[in-house]
Amino acid sequence: MNRRDFLKMMAALGLSGVAIYEGVNSYGVQAAETGKNTSARHWGMVIDVSKFQTAADYQRVAAACHAYHNVPEIDDSKQEVKWIWEDDFEHTFAELGSRYLSEEIKVQDFPVLCNHCENPPCVRVCPTKATFKRADGIVAMDYHRCIGCRFCMAACPFGARSFNFVDPRLYLKEVNPDVPTRTKGVVEKCSFCMERLDKGLQPLCVEASRGGIVFGDLEDPDSAVRKILGENFAIRRKVELGTGPSIYYVFGGGSAGA
Amino acid sequence: MYNHKKIIIGLMVFVLLISAPFLLNIGKAGESPELSLDTMVINQMDDKHCVEAVDFMRTDHPRLLSDWRDSAVREGRNIYVSTSGETFAMNLENSCLRCHSNREQFCDACHNYTGVQPYCWDCHDAGKGAVKK
Repeated sequence: MNRRDFLKMMAALGLSGVAIYEGVNSYGVQAAETGKNTSARHWGMVIDVSKFQTAADYQRVAAACHAYHNVPEIDDSKQEVKWIWEDDFEHTFAELGSRYLSEEIKVQDFPVLCNHCENPPCVRVCPTKATFKRADGIVAMDYHRCIGCRFCMAACPFGARSFNFVDPRLYLKEVNPDVPTRTKGVVEKCSFCMERLDKGLQPLCVEASRGGIVFGDLEDPDSAVRKILGENFAIRRKVELGTGPSIYYVFGGGSAGA
Repeated sequence: MYNHKKIIIGLMVFVLLISAPFLLNIGKAGESPELSLDTMVINQMDDKHCVEAVDFMRTDHPRLLSDWRDSAVREGRNIYVSTSGETFAMNLENSCLRCHSNREQFCDACHNYTGVQPYCWDCHDAGKGAVKK
């Protein structure tokens, strides 16, 4: 046997070994596709800022989200956990550099949340792949894998991630038994209500916003979000960073509204 | 051999010490845990059966749950088809702990006996006794 034949034989042996191992190792878990969650190609959101005028408008949306997802209410701003909250124009759209803001915009708050970026930096830096991008565009968290290194928090330009410095269960007044809580030492963020989307429901903030937030598939030209974007001037946060946010802000007044 | 007396006595003491746990426990096998299936949901079932066969669940439930976790969380596939063809949602709260709602008598009984501390409950099954404050 010459050297070439020997190498070929060893390669064949190795491959068949892998095949046998795989055959033995799979013990028959079959999972069916639910289909619903993979139907969209790029979930996105349009937020009509004009529908958020009073503090109650934000609180209603945030409260619905946080109560459902068991997000703890911690008063200390260094330890707080938030999935959706509000911020002023200067902090929300800092890159616009508007110097002489109108009084109206100065006092206006904007609902902000995870932007579920097309090119998410949090996913790129995660050393354990605990955060990942789904086929439908949602940037999801696998809390089982999170080691709490907080690289993702440093990478996220939107501050959309919170770290659990304390056991969040200590700060839950009521627990929604259908949704797991998180534990001390993991990072958490908005999930775009993916477990609700899988059931064919809309995200909770959309339901609680009374028309202020519209949700849909950005790749589908007939979707509600694309219709609004086609008729209104919309901006996204920090697009110059190239992360491709999936949350659009419109300022109302258009024929369709949001 | 120098100091052979001291060395041999030392060796005997050493052997005695490291075998002490075994010698002291001879004939005292720990009682195997008794798992209770006495919960309201299980009692109401006509055909009492788990997701898979009992023997399989007894030995392989950690692996099954781990596969469910990866499948549901990472791949978005959350319907499990059992070997008998029945379908279940891959959901710890709704598919497992709804029946096995007696954590102390079921889960903990065996986990304590075998000395394992799975961290499932750090996040899951938050409804019961989770709020400590």
